[in-house]
Amino acid sequence: MVNIRARSIGWLLGSLMIFVSSCPAAAATAEQVTAGAAAGYPWWFWPIILFFFCLVLGILAVMAGVGGGVLYVPLVSGFFPFHIDFVRGVGLMVALAGALAAGPGLLRRNLANLRLALPVALIASTCSIIGAVLGLYLSSLNPDIIQVCLGVTIVGIATLLFFSKNTEKPVVTKQDAIGLALGLTGAYWDDGARESVEWKTHRTLLGLFLFILVGLLAGMFGLGAGWANVPVLNLLMGVPLKVSVATSKFLLSITDTSAAWIYMNRGCVIPLIGVPSIVGLMLGSLIGVKILAVAKPKMIRYVVIFVLFFAGLKAIDKGFGLGFLG
Amino acid sequence: MSIQNKEALKASREQIIYANLLIIGVWAGIIILVATYAIYLTGILAPHIEISAIPKLWGKGVGEFLEITHSPQGWGWVALLAKGDFLNYIGFVLLALMTIFCYLVLVRGYVRQKNWIFATIALLEIVVLSVAASGLVGGGGH
Repeated sequence: MVNIRARSIGWLLGSLMIFVSSCPAAAATAEQVTAGAAAGYPWWFWPIILFFFCLVLGILAVMAGVGGGVLYVPLVSGFFPFHIDFVRGVGLMVALAGALAAGPGLLRRNLANLRLALPVALIASTCSIIGAVLGLYLSSLNPDIIQVCLGVTIVGIATLLFFSKNTEKPVVTKQDAIGLALGLTGAYWDDGARESVEWKTHRTLLGLFLFILVGLLAGMFGLGAGWANVPVLNLLMGVPLKVSVATSKFLLSITDTSAAWIYMNRGCVIPLIGVPSIVGLMLGSLIGVKILAVAKPKMIRYVVIFVLFFAGLKAIDKGFGLGFLG
Repeated sequence: MSIQNKEALKASREQIIYANLLIIGVWAGIIILVATYAIYLTGILAPHIEISAIPKLWGKGVGEFLEITHSPQGWGWVALLAKGDFLNYIGFVLLALMTIFCYLVLVRGYVRQKNWIFATIALLEIVVLSVAASGLVGGGGH
């Protein structure tokens, strides 16, 4: 009975995801929509559509185990009439609000680790400022450059999500000197296994270097960077998966803050777009957490990966002006 | 389980204070966002940019958008707080300031513990976030 219910919810959400990615596109191509936005629809049409779109995105993001920002930027820039500058600015605020809301619970349960997050956040947030400035500069030269680079990045993220096999509890035999000096060790209570799990890092220097790249990408494209944080923390530095996921979510609240300020100061956050996006995604995330208890998220994850592939290809198509994908 | 192990499982005092501060700030930010958005949409306060004009402009790049609408960059929005649209910035800014507030608590805690490495890291982060917020980077300054 529970299985049937779970499967039904899974199918329903999968269909919703396909609906979400095809609905605005079916109405018109993004360029046509831009041109006819004022003529065809009253001003309140797009904020309402955006709110419900983000509500569904929020549900699916939780189910698929990805951040809201990584879905928001490619899908909204591909299928809504907003310029990529505003989508990236609001995308960062969306990712920031979600990360800030999740932070307290993760910190209290000691799943997000401050000692691990602080050095990494300093590197990533500094680089996300550089990424944001670079992204806005490239966009002012030609927004198509950003569209193409975003598309390539999104296709890369989808590939990473498809192939990456995270390790629940990586074995770290010897901690490296930097990890030791920074005290990058910890322990958490694993409810499932009914045991405390102690952890420490290795390959810390290489991990810290990779966060330069993560910060640059997060700032340049307005994406939350959970898709990159988790593999670096888990697969490279040897942090247990639960701590990696929680620390990554918490990290976003710091990395995205610095990039969000750059976009906000530049004027890229329009309230008419920003508020329905943030509120819709946060409500969706709350609903998603409830559904997660009964639904099977694996199928949703594959649908989301497929949609990301499509959104990435569409961004490349749009950037090159090919028009193959509408 | 040893007492030492039990202690390791607990979140540190700074972590708990950080979490408590964050939860208050985030929900205050969201409530303010919803309230100011309602004021904006209902027209209780007249906006700087007519709502009906925005769909004609949101397809343009940010530079062109700002030029056409005579909108400010950086902290220029503060002067337009009496306008319905810029009133929404209070919520956005509160959300974006939360991390800086929380880091101030961390610095205090690390200095008390004489943990100079992490006190320095936290201080540097405050500097980085403050520079980003100042509007001096990325063309947001005046």
